[in-house]
Amino acid sequence: MFNKVLVANRGAVASRVLRALSELDIKSVAVYSQADEGAPYLDRADEAFLIGESPPQKSYLNQEALLALIRQTNCDGVHPGYGFLAENSTFAEQVNAIGAHFIGPSPKWLRTMGHKTKSIDFLAQHGMPVNATTAVLDSEEQFVNHAQQLGYPVLIKPAAGGGGIGMLVATDEKSLVKQLSRARSMAERSFSSSEIYLERQLTDPRHIEVQILADTEGGICHLFERDCSIQRRNQKIIEEARAPNIDPNVLTDLLNQVTDAIGSIGYDNIGTVEMLRSREGQFSFLEMNTRLQVEHGVTEELTGIDIVQAQIRLASGMNLDSVLPERPRPNGHAIEARIYAEDPVRFFPSPGTLERFRLPEAPNVRVETGYREGMKVTPFYDPLLAKIIINDVDRATATKTIIEALASCEIAGLKSNVPALITILESEQFQTGRVHTGLTSELIHKKSN
Amino acid sequence: MARQEIESEVTGNVWKIEVSVGDQVDVEETLMILESMKMEIPVESPAAGKVAEILVEKEDQVEEGQVVAILES
Repeated sequence: MFNKVLVANRGAVASRVLRALSELDIKSVAVYSQADEGAPYLDRADEAFLIGESPPQKSYLNQEALLALIRQTNCDGVHPGYGFLAENSTFAEQVNAIGAHFIGPSPKWLRTMGHKTKSIDFLAQHGMPVNATTAVLDSEEQFVNHAQQLGYPVLIKPAAGGGGIGMLVATDEKSLVKQLSRARSMAERSFSSSEIYLERQLTDPRHIEVQILADTEGGICHLFERDCSIQRRNQKIIEEARAPNIDPNVLTDLLNQVTDAIGSIGYDNIGTVEMLRSREGQFSFLEMNTRLQVEHGVTEELTGIDIVQAQIRLASGMNLDSVLPERPRPNGHAIEARIYAEDPVRFFPSPGTLERFRLPEAPNVRVETGYREGMKVTPFYDPLLAKIIINDVDRATATKTIIEALASCEIAGLKSNVPALITILESEQFQTGRVHTGLTSELIHKKSN
Repeated sequence: MARQEIESEVTGNVWKIEVSVGDQVDVEETLMILESMKMEIPVESPAAGKVAEILVEKEDQVEEGQVVAILES
């Protein structure tokens, strides 16, 4: 097992990983930028170091500073959390090269899955169902021809991207041509690569993903699926497990197909296979996230398995049978809502000071946050303020409980998306399980008109 | 000729300025792109007209409601 682990992240995930380290009796080193000085979770770490100025490039993405600190503090493990360097294969290799262990999949998997079109091709060869996509395209003519073959609307996507960032929709040839250069510059800026490609856009699909844990000896299991169809700007805001309104046999087939495909390539540690389900019920591979996921807590509440501890144990070299001696079983229904610092109608970011920040304190409500009342929420990072997670006997009860928990949140000094979350959870569509990725704008847009 | 103040809708940083003083712009043309909390937010022209003033520079921090440009329309 590890002796001392550096957590190369901030906010709710730094807090979550530090808790797991302390429960595993592993010493911890936290890092913080100037903007995060005084964050509540830093007290939980055995040591905490200022890593740089507030912009991510100077702090949480500053590989040199992090590597120097890993050496200086004599850490034998590094947990990257999610975002920042979590899927950066070069960083992972450098961490491994200086004798610390990168807590995540082997760097080759970060590289393979990091390139979207290559990962689609690769997994299609191993039995994963895929949607119609192109390879990386170059000339305007190529884009126009391929879009015609796929049929509009198409999505223009960054090949080195993921997480729904930098995608543009083209409804016809004119809008495609108009948006190509913007798509390239967004891709270059967000992912340091201007490679882009096209994918056929499905109408109102559902986003369903499979949580995978694996060891380096060929042991692999899934921890069921999560439905993450409630999104804004292609990013999730409400997640639940298990997925409602789908024949259990269909879900079992999906889980087995995905686990077999990922098992057959020798994947290790942790990962999430993201799939889209069309209105006709066809599943297709979207991308694989080679890291802990923001919404891991949903699966933890469903199965009672501590995924972060399991990930750390697997990274230390333990095999899956010792980490999970019993077969994972679902229990009740789990829902997570992400509270963001943003306008609840337009979903524009709303940085500011948390003049009031009171989250529910009840035994049946799990709260994950990296903030406390009085702290500033700066424009430098992702706007996530907190996650509220509920497990209850069934979906209807869990929905009712999470609505009550959200309604009891007191947040002032900046705008939060809590009213939007409640609107969605109270909607007839959500309550009857008729969820899809366009539901948020359908409900919120209708309401604001 | 009306002078119209164009305000930033968010607190964030100026990532890219897409027009210069004197440029003729169409309605909804992107004048500049701001960045806040990992999101790019375009500032679009509310009307067709001429860019009279640009009041920020690349990488400046801006506040919600701050006037970032002036349009003559």
